[in-house]
Amino acid sequence: MNKQRYSSTYAISPKKRMVKRMNIKNFKDNCAKIVFILAACISILAVALICIFLLANGIPGIAKIGVFKFLTGKVWKPGNSIYGILPMILGSIYVTAGALIIGVPTGIATAVFMSRFASKRTVKIMSQAVSLLAGIPSVVYGFFGLVVVVPLVRDLFGVSGTSMLAASIVLGIMILPTIISISEPALDAVPNAYYEGALALGATHERAVFRVILPAAKSGVTASVVLGVGRAIGEAMAVMMVAGNQPRMPKGILEGVRTLTSNIVMEMGYATDLHREALIATAVVLFVFILIINILFSVLKRRAKL
Amino acid sequence: MISQKKEAVLIKILVYSGTILTLAILVSVAGYILFKGIPNLSYKLFEWKYTTENVSLLPALINTLLMTFLSLLFAAPLGIFAAVYLVEYARKDNRLVKLVRITAETLSGIPSIIYGLFGLLFFVTALKLRMSLLSGALTLSIMILPLIIRTTEEALIAVPVEYREGSYGLGAGRLRTVFKVVMPSATPGILAGIILSIGRIVGETAALIYTAGTVAEVPGSLFDSVRTLSVHMYALSSEGFYIKEAYATAVILLVIVAGINILSANVAKRIGRRMNDKN
Repeated sequence: MNKQRYSSTYAISPKKRMVKRMNIKNFKDNCAKIVFILAACISILAVALICIFLLANGIPGIAKIGVFKFLTGKVWKPGNSIYGILPMILGSIYVTAGALIIGVPTGIATAVFMSRFASKRTVKIMSQAVSLLAGIPSVVYGFFGLVVVVPLVRDLFGVSGTSMLAASIVLGIMILPTIISISEPALDAVPNAYYEGALALGATHERAVFRVILPAAKSGVTASVVLGVGRAIGEAMAVMMVAGNQPRMPKGILEGVRTLTSNIVMEMGYATDLHREALIATAVVLFVFILIINILFSVLKRRAKL
Repeated sequence: MISQKKEAVLIKILVYSGTILTLAILVSVAGYILFKGIPNLSYKLFEWKYTTENVSLLPALINTLLMTFLSLLFAAPLGIFAAVYLVEYARKDNRLVKLVRITAETLSGIPSIIYGLFGLLFFVTALKLRMSLLSGALTLSIMILPLIIRTTEEALIAVPVEYREGSYGLGAGRLRTVFKVVMPSATPGILAGIILSIGRIVGETAALIYTAGTVAEVPGSLFDSVRTLSVHMYALSSEGFYIKEAYATAVILLVIVAGINILSANVAKRIGRRMNDKN
């Protein structure tokens, strides 16, 4: 047996044997390459499937309701087959704007501190703190909002508490780590020569940071804010727990609002037929918002060379 | 125009108060939850079966582990292979690479509720997998895919070109170079990415409510509905009867998240140390 196998191996010339071995190696390499390419294509496939399934299930609903009626309708009454999502669009925008008012100054100040004021050791501790903030689940933030922020608003203003203000505060907290963790590297990336130049012209450390470094890092900082907008507008659970969720036009910062996201989460569980399609259409609108924000973010990121 | 000195003081106050506010928020969120939650931790919460009497979180905890394991089982190989293709095989100007990059970026920006809805439409309804552990895990694996791709890519890029050249010089092929030389030295970076995605899985709620459902039991099969710890916590706090138990669940979630953070920081530190050794 053995002898025969050896003889058969040696039957071909050494050169041919080399070629054969190379071919096997090439074959293996090529197979692996195909596997890797297929794996890489999964993300393309995923985006395609998400688009197809959302659009295929959402567009018919929009068509039945009417684009204009759906987007600018001020009343959402699934019981009476009235589906207008303007209240939710405005709700999402207002709540996000509120979150920005709270989160952006705080986040940028923290990023500036970490980049240009703190010692190395402090930065280490701070970045641990920021990644912990980023890691806390949204439902925990929502719960914190429910048991701390909502009662606070209630006691301070004598209203029910679940409100646009509470949602803005919770979201403002939640976008902090996003803003800090993208602004900070942008600030770090500004060449030291800028700073030294400003000092040489007689600026104090503070002025150099605020008038020279911060403007130089503008694209990166703006990118962080844009990403923060994306996070805030897409957040569902935390907002839902504190916003009150009344499906009517927003009335004021101390009144309840409903956002696009919470509209979906609240009613998807029991919706059927056109109601269900209207909810998926709500997700389509949200998806379009997110795509615009994504494009904006990647343009800014490229400009900032992050 | 105010004087430079005054301006400097003003800026300093601004910067420091923002920083203190950030830290104060972290301390108050974590502190409040721990302060209110730890006294509510009891043996009752860790009983094997969930009943409305004990409101046990143990099944949800086990479900979270199962969900994490299963999601990573799908996403980790795919993500790592995709990154290998992007870094080791493809040319930079390749059109496919550009498309993969753009779509991965898009995926990482999609909010979890949209993933949840997609999972409901695709895995639960179209593929008829029902609201189940499997549907949830598949949905989450798409969600964490971009994170794994990005972190693996970074880890692979950080491996010096000389390693590859040395390997080729010794006669190894591309595949062998990737698996025997590049991957081992990129492992800590890849691991740090996987740990980060565990954090996202553990904290996820919106993507799971309509894909994995809310049954508070350990599943008998892949096709049973399960609730993870985050979903459990959401259910408790929205029902309103179990605020104490919700506090306790929040404590467990916080501890897990903090543990994950420490772990990934340590892995990252190890990479840093190795880089220093090299220099």
